[in-house]
Amino acid sequence: MNIAVVKPTRRKLDLRNGRVDLSHGAGGRAMGQLIEDIFHTAFDNDWLRAGNDQSAFAVPAGRMVMTTDGYVVSPLFFPGGNIGSLAVHGTINDVAMSGAKPLYLSASFIIEEGFPLADLAKIADTMGAASREAGVPIITGDTKVVERGKADGVFISTAGVGILPEGIDMRSNAARPGDCVIVSGSIGDHGVAVMSKRENLEFDTDILSDSAALHTLTAAMVAVGGPSIRLMRDPTRGGIAATLNEIAHQSSVGFRIDEEKIPLKPEVAAACEFLGLDPLNVANEGKLVAIVAPEVADAVLAAMLAHPLGQEAAMIGHVVEDPHCFVQMETSFGGGRIVDWLSGEQLPRIC
Amino acid sequence: MKYIDEYRDGRLAKDIARQISEEVRPDVNYHFMEFCGGHTHAISRYGLEDLLPDNVRMIHGPGCPVCVLPIGRLDAAIALAQRPEVTLCTYGDLMRVPGSNGSSLLKAKAAGADIRMVYSTLDALRIAEAEPHREVVFFAIGFETTTPPTALALRAAIDKGLENFSIYCNHVLTPAAIQTILASPEVAKLGTVKVDGFIGPAHVSTVIGTEPYDEFAENFRKPVVVAGFEPLDVIQAILMLVRQINEGRYVVENQYIRAVKPGGNRKAQAEVADFFEQRESFEWRGLGDVPQGALRLREEYSHYDAEKRFGLVTPASKDNPACDCGAILRGVKRPTDCKLFGTACTPDTPMGSCMVSSEGACAAHWTYGRFREHAKTKEIERSVA
Repeated sequence: MNIAVVKPTRRKLDLRNGRVDLSHGAGGRAMGQLIEDIFHTAFDNDWLRAGNDQSAFAVPAGRMVMTTDGYVVSPLFFPGGNIGSLAVHGTINDVAMSGAKPLYLSASFIIEEGFPLADLAKIADTMGAASREAGVPIITGDTKVVERGKADGVFISTAGVGILPEGIDMRSNAARPGDCVIVSGSIGDHGVAVMSKRENLEFDTDILSDSAALHTLTAAMVAVGGPSIRLMRDPTRGGIAATLNEIAHQSSVGFRIDEEKIPLKPEVAAACEFLGLDPLNVANEGKLVAIVAPEVADAVLAAMLAHPLGQEAAMIGHVVEDPHCFVQMETSFGGGRIVDWLSGEQLPRIC
Repeated sequence: MKYIDEYRDGRLAKDIARQISEEVRPDVNYHFMEFCGGHTHAISRYGLEDLLPDNVRMIHGPGCPVCVLPIGRLDAAIALAQRPEVTLCTYGDLMRVPGSNGSSLLKAKAAGADIRMVYSTLDALRIAEAEPHREVVFFAIGFETTTPPTALALRAAIDKGLENFSIYCNHVLTPAAIQTILASPEVAKLGTVKVDGFIGPAHVSTVIGTEPYDEFAENFRKPVVVAGFEPLDVIQAILMLVRQINEGRYVVENQYIRAVKPGGNRKAQAEVADFFEQRESFEWRGLGDVPQGALRLREEYSHYDAEKRFGLVTPASKDNPACDCGAILRGVKRPTDCKLFGTACTPDTPMGSCMVSSEGACAAHWTYGRFREHAKTKEIERSVA
C-alpha cells in the first residue's frame, strides 16, 4: 500500500502585524516556530542548529568566569540601542571586567502576551548582530510567554562564560593607596538616552546610549597592564559614584577624584541639570572604570586612548588611605565634597 | 549649558572668596542663614564652605518643602491614597519620606494604593482627564514657586469641567517662616543664636519679588540678599552680606537681578490670590506652628479641595524626641550636634525632617560634607600627638 506523506503547509509567522500569544510559550508547534523563525534566524550558529536543550563546547585550560544578568529596561527601544543590544553588551562586559575573554552567551526571554512579533524580531536581530560583531555567540536559550499584564513587553536574562588569561586574577579588594583611577570615556550617556524617551519625560536630545561590548578594550588594557591592573568595573546602575563607593568599601580605601577631569558631554550635563540628576549617579553601558597601579597607569591609558572605545579615556583621580572609605571630589568650583551612593532610586529600570 | 557654566566658574569664585577674606573683620563672626534648600544644596554640592574664611558660618534654614511637611499631613495623604477610588499624584521626592510607624507613599504603593509619580501638575490633570472614573488628587506641596502651577491646573480643571480632580493643599509661605525664626526666643531675646543676615530665596522671589522682605529687614535689623541658586550667586551674596554688616546697613539687596524684580511676578500673584487664602496658622515640621505660614483653597473652590471633599483629618504626630531638627532649622544646633545624625538617621533611613530630602541641612551635610568632621578630628589628633 502506498501511503502518501502529506506535509501540512506551514503558515509563516506574521512578522508585520502578528503578536505573541500564549500558544507561543506552550511547548507546541507554535513555540517551535517562534524559536525557529525569530531566534534561530537571528542568532544563527551551529550550536543552535543542532537543536539541543543545551550546547557543548570544548573547555580551554585555565580558569573560567561565569556571569548572569537580567534586563528589564523601559522603554525597550531607546536612542543608540534596545534591550537586546543591552543584554548582549552588558553580559559580555561583566565577563570582560574580570580581564577574561568572553566565549559564549545564553539568552532567556520572558515575553508578555500581545507583544508585537515585529518588535521581538527587531530585538532578536539586534542581539544577533551584537553577538556576531563581538564574536561571542549565543549558544543556548529559552522562551516563556506570560499573560498580558504579568510582564512589561519582554524581559531578557543572559548568562556568559569566558576564559581568564594566565596570571590575571582581579579582585574587588585589590585597590591600594596610590593606585590611579581611569575612566574609559564620557559618563551618563546611557541613562540620559533612556530617560529622553520615557513617557512624561520626553525631551529632544541627540544623545545616544553608549551601549557597547568592551572586551576588546579590556584585552588591549590587559595586554599592557597585566596583573598591575588591580580591577575593572562597568559603572552601570548608580553610575561611577556607586562603582567607586563599592570599590572603596571592598578594598577599605578612599578615593580622591577631580571633577574637572571627568569626561562629560555638554548635552548630558545639560539634561542632568534640568532633570535634577548628578551625572556621577547616571548609568553607563559602554564605559569602564579601572584601578591601575601607578607604574603602568600611563601605558594603560595610552592603550585605551588608542582603542576606538577609549578615545576619551581620562585619569580622574587616585586611591588614598581612608578608614572611612570616603570618595572625595574636588569640585570644579574649587571646594571639596563627598561623592556618595544614591539614596533610593534615581531612575528605575534603566537596564 | 554655557549659561550655567558661567555661574560655576571656579576662578571667579576664588576671586570673590579672596575679596571676602580681605573684607571680613578678624574680630567679627558672621552668621548667615541661607533660607532655601536650593542654596544649601549648592553650598554643599560645590564645597563652598572650603572657600570661606573661618569666621563666616552658614546656617542652613528650613527652606525645603519636603522637609517641613508635618508627618500628620503625610499620614493623611497615605490614608487618602489607600481609598479604593483615589489616585494620588505626587512629585517623586515625597515617595520615600517616612510617615508614622514606618509607613511611606512608596510602601503604600507597593501594598496596592494607586499612587503615581508625576513631573508636573499638568500630568495629574491629564490622568484625571484620561480616567474619569478615578478620583484624582494632586498632592500640592511647595513654596511660592510651585503655587502658581497649582493655580493654573485648577484653572484648567475648571475650564475643562473636570469633576474628578482635586488638590491636597500644602503650599507654604516663606516670609512667614523667616519671621518666625527671627522672632524665636533663641534668636530674638536670648541671643544664644546669632543670625546676622539672610540669603533670600531665589525662585520664590521671582514670584513674590523682594518687597515682602523689606519689613523684617527693617524690623529685625537684618540684611537680606536675594540670590540665585548657582554657586557663584551664593558666594557673591555672602560678599554682599559681609559688606552690609561691615557698613552697618540692613536692607534688602537683590543679587539675582537676572530673574527677580522688586514686585515679583504680578500675574502669578493674581492667579494665586484668586484661588488661595492664608491659613491662620500651619505646622511646619521642625518649626512648629507658623502664623500665616501656609495657604488653603478659598471657600468657593472647596469642590477642588481634597481636605473637604474627602473629610481629611490631620492626625497628631510627633517627631522622634531625640531628633534635633527643630533646633537645626533655627540655627540653634548643627547637624553633627544631633545624636541621631549619621547613626540612626541617614538619607537611607531618615528620621527627622532635615534628612528626608537632599535639600535638607542634615542630608546635604551627610551626603556631601561629612568628610570635614573626620578631617578636623584627624587634625586635632595630630596636634595632640
